[in-house]
Amino acid sequence: MKKIEAIIKPFRLDEVKDALNKMGISGMTISEVKGFGRQRGHKEIYRGTEYQVDFVPKIKIDLVVSSEMADKVVAAIAENANTNKVGDGKIFVMPMEHAVRIRTGESGPDAI
Amino acid sequence: MKRIKPYLYGLIILLAGTALAWAEDTVPTVMSNKEAIDLVQTHANYVWTLVAAALVFFMQAGFAMVETGLTRAKNAINILMKNLMDFSVGSIAFWAVGFGIMFGATSTGWFGTNGFFLSDFTPDGDPWVLAFWMFQVVFAATAATIVSGAMAERTKFVSYLIYSAIVSAVIYPIFGSWAWGSLFHGNGWLEGLGFIDFAGSTVVHSVGGWAALAGAIVLGPRIGKYGPDGKPRAIMGHNMPLAALGVFILWLGWFGFNPGSTTTADKSIAMIFVNTNLAAAAGACTALITSWIKFGKPEVGMSLNGALAGLVAITAGCANVSPASSIVIGAVAGILVVLSVLFFDKIKIDDPVGAVSVHGVNGAWGTLAAGLFNIGGTTGKIILVQLTGIGACFVWTFVIAFIMFKIIAATIGLRVSAEEEIEGLDITEHGGEAYPDFGRSTHTGGMAISSGAAMSEARMAVGSAALSSK
Repeated sequence: MKKIEAIIKPFRLDEVKDALNKMGISGMTISEVKGFGRQRGHKEIYRGTEYQVDFVPKIKIDLVVSSEMADKVVAAIAENANTNKVGDGKIFVMPMEHAVRIRTGESGPDAI
Repeated sequence: MKRIKPYLYGLIILLAGTALAWAEDTVPTVMSNKEAIDLVQTHANYVWTLVAAALVFFMQAGFAMVETGLTRAKNAINILMKNLMDFSVGSIAFWAVGFGIMFGATSTGWFGTNGFFLSDFTPDGDPWVLAFWMFQVVFAATAATIVSGAMAERTKFVSYLIYSAIVSAVIYPIFGSWAWGSLFHGNGWLEGLGFIDFAGSTVVHSVGGWAALAGAIVLGPRIGKYGPDGKPRAIMGHNMPLAALGVFILWLGWFGFNPGSTTTADKSIAMIFVNTNLAAAAGACTALITSWIKFGKPEVGMSLNGALAGLVAITAGCANVSPASSIVIGAVAGILVVLSVLFFDKIKIDDPVGAVSVHGVNGAWGTLAAGLFNIGGTTGKIILVQLTGIGACFVWTFVIAFIMFKIIAATIGLRVSAEEEIEGLDITEHGGEAYPDFGRSTHTGGMAISSGAAMSEARMAVGSAALSSK
């Protein structure tokens, strides 16, 4: 099994989700995060004082998939989250040691 | 039928006689007509004064929303508690002591000496004292609540309660007696000079503004407000819709504040309404333009403050300046408030909502403007008297408030500890959270001025230095 973490621009979430659903991915978790890479933030102003906002809102998608699916999933996410602009995000893949379905107690690949 | 006839005749005679007797009472005379008409006017005065008092009361909600919106979520409950209680404690203090000092009979012209505990009211006496008191107490509460914004996010709640009692019982009423005492039983030295302050640019707003300045100075700036280089940093308010709602509510309430000060239902309230509105509008416009030019974008916080500044500035002269002059007065106020906010930020006086700039500075401008733009023309003497009042208010209010805050700081403490300030006053002072369903997040201002995360050593050092005047 592999764990895939993808950090994408928030407005691409629906496209990525639909593409993953079409591939048969049965579940995912998202969180609202902030971050930056090469995309810098911007200047804002509040009551006369300027300040720099470095952290940009992003969406993080957490997925656990079988090792055979991993490459296809990564490609699907990359294709649907891409806007050809700086700040599109990154995808990380890491080995997943174990998984358990809480309701049934299934474990391993049966649990995802 | 024969036996009843005598009784019937008797009944008819009885009724006719009664009707005749009553008929004499209902024939109107010129005098009774005049009295009846005067009574209608008196009743109208009561209605207008008390409706206006209700509008001014609602300004408490306006202040609460402005201050809540412009400060952080972790302190929202504390802001609301301060606003709720400075009105509640202030009402009682003004009933017990303040009203008598402000409007009681005086032999010196410096403060009143009777009328405490609303002793002027007797159940069979004239209830006008009640209507007048009601109108005056909401004014006193307005002055008191101005301070909570400047002292937000770092003031001990119990110390603030003590301040509320003192300002409503002593500080506000004594100056008020100088300018407005003769509205009831008093007679102030300042009004005797011809001081013009119809609805209280100085009496209410400058008193609040200079007390706020004293409080902000004694407290010191919030942790994280100034960087290691001494430059001010933005600590963003958590809810701009609330801030804007607050300003709209204040604008609405001001339609009671200014025209209500006639305490009379007559035609003069029309010009006062118009002046009030035009000044607010002009203030918002020029604050908008000024901030747009200075910062490159029309900024909401400054624009909102601009409307309030216009309202404060017109409060003194709303009854003796023309609508066209009101626009000028408001326009200047809008520019002044922007420059003033930047000024106080620069000299390291942290005023989270701009209370000193809106109420203190523009209270002074408005009082001067009432002399400059007087419909009957201005003279050197008029301006001198206005300046005297402005100066007397600053000296009295700032000095007394400063001493009071210093005493509080030296005894029970004025400022919360650094840990309490960082955690948030909602939890540390009130044991609750304003938004329990929302996760605690950090600001993403350039330097994260976090709501509860661990602070670096350097930032704690900056905070401790700011607290050295505890």
